Amino acid sequence: MTIALETKGLVKRFGGLQATDNVSFKLEQGARHALIGPNGAGKTTFINLLTGVIKPTAGQIFLEGQEITGLRPELRVQRGLARTFQINQLFPAMTPLETIGLAVSERTGGGRDWWRVTGSKREIIDEIVEIAQRFRLIDVLDERTSNLAYGKQRLLEIAVAFACRPRVLLLDEPAAGVPEAERHELLATVAALPRDVSVLLIEHDMDLVFSFADRISVLVNGALFTEGTVEQVSTDPRVRAVYLGESVDE
Amino acid sequence: MSTNIADYVRTTLVRRGRWGIGEIAFWLIAAATLYFLPERHLILNEIVIIGLFALSLDLILGYAGIVSLGHAAFFGLGAYTAGILARDGLTDPLLGLAAAAIAAAILGFVTSFLVLRGSDLTKLMVTLGVALVLGEIANQASWLTGGADGLQGIAMGPILGLFEFDIFGTTAYAYSLTVTFLLFIIARRIVVSPYGLSLRSIRDNPLKARAVGIPVNRRLVAVYTLAAAYAGVAGALLAQTTQFVSLDVLAFHRSADVMLVLVIGGVGYLYGGLIGAIVFKVLQDVISAWTPQYWQFWIGLILVIIVLAGRERLTERVRTFWKGMAGRTAKTLPKTSAREV
Repeated sequence: MTIALETKGLVKRFGGLQATDNVSFKLEQGARHALIGPNGAGKTTFINLLTGVIKPTAGQIFLEGQEITGLRPELRVQRGLARTFQINQLFPAMTPLETIGLAVSERTGGGRDWWRVTGSKREIIDEIVEIAQRFRLIDVLDERTSNLAYGKQRLLEIAVAFACRPRVLLLDEPAAGVPEAERHELLATVAALPRDVSVLLIEHDMDLVFSFADRISVLVNGALFTEGTVEQVSTDPRVRAVYLGESVDE
Repeated sequence: MSTNIADYVRTTLVRRGRWGIGEIAFWLIAAATLYFLPERHLILNEIVIIGLFALSLDLILGYAGIVSLGHAAFFGLGAYTAGILARDGLTDPLLGLAAAAIAAAILGFVTSFLVLRGSDLTKLMVTLGVALVLGEIANQASWLTGGADGLQGIAMGPILGLFEFDIFGTTAYAYSLTVTFLLFIIARRIVVSPYGLSLRSIRDNPLKARAVGIPVNRRLVAVYTLAAAYAGVAGALLAQTTQFVSLDVLAFHRSADVMLVLVIGGVGYLYGGLIGAIVFKVLQDVISAWTPQYWQFWIGLILVIIVLAGRERLTERVRTFWKGMAGRTAKTLPKTSAREV
């Protein structure tokens, strides 16, 4: 198996706090890998290190074998590492159409293009349509993003990351806050992501983790606690102990 | 099915690039004033120049979200560049315009690296500081700029070697209007391009813009440089058409006024600067004729009302009214971004 994303001895200290503690982690090509852990385990810090929002105190990060530790966030995206945010980060005043169009234009190198009217390139249009269909956004393409139902906003959040054509996609609690009625659509869309995209899912929702992932890593106090298949992790008594109140099979 | 959607997507995106009837009417009326309002050409010239200056501010403030209290730095540099060139014998207006644009663009490019770091407050202070520094340099270097006496002895040659400037300001106005129109077309093109879209995304959410792979800083440096060049051209137009430059072009009130003009007309809307300039100048004219000493009081009051009541809400009400009147056209109006052009 080739490795899509790898960290070696990743450390992040905030003053005296060790938010990421010597994490060596591998995400295999095409994997459906979940990263779980109790609140404050350092999941978000880990994501921010991977995407380059913050710099590690020590350690290295590799994307498909190439080191990206010092690379700026936007360059990591261009190399194929995209993320979604736990709390929607969208462009409220833009439409889903413009948002997806923006991401596609940027990826195809059209973002510097200042003399062409947006939407005048056939291949970009086709890709927008494909993404809008995949993420069930066709009906709301020309709505203001801030007026969309929450579930649609979550879908758009993933659609934008997907429009960057990532090799590795980091999903940060994609279903967080989505009302029950809209959940199914979201989960079905996540499950239908193409297999050539390796996915790392950060999630609290155990239903989603068990239905989606084939491997699970558990992060506790910034360090990798254990890792294994869904079955191994879900039956591990130590994991249950870590989660205490948050029963794993709930 | 899928081709229908593709067509829909394309037309929806491209729609923003089309010229509306209102826009065409705006420029036709502007052109018509060349013939119908000959006695007003001096003030119209001033309005167009302020409008272009405000358009320049809108490119960074309205479309990229960069606040500035020192935009006069570029205006003033452009004015002095064009003025000094003309005084020293290079009297071709277009050459002066190009030189002013380049000088202002260079200053914009260099200072962009100072401006783009830090919060909005930092940006306000740095831009203000740059303008103050430039103002003091112009004051001290009186051998070059004429200092507090102003730059005198500017004599402009004919435009393209054909059109002499006249004392009624007709050539001047036609010249400023043409230059502004051409620069407007470029700006309009930019804001509906993928580059313009990326600027809006940076303005709305820089974190997300980076997550989409947009090199945020590089885009902002580019637009800041461009806006500086625009402001430089506006300043050069003023120097060339009035044939005089004083320290006033770099003064703080220039930067403040242009902000005022833009807020009155509408931020993030290319016509905002032009409409704001018209409203501002007409108000100034009317109110100062009525109460010469206190006109700023009324301008100030109007500004407070506009900002508190929300221009968005005011124009939205007019639009709803308009839609109600137009009725059948309501459906064809885009739901968003209609005023992003």
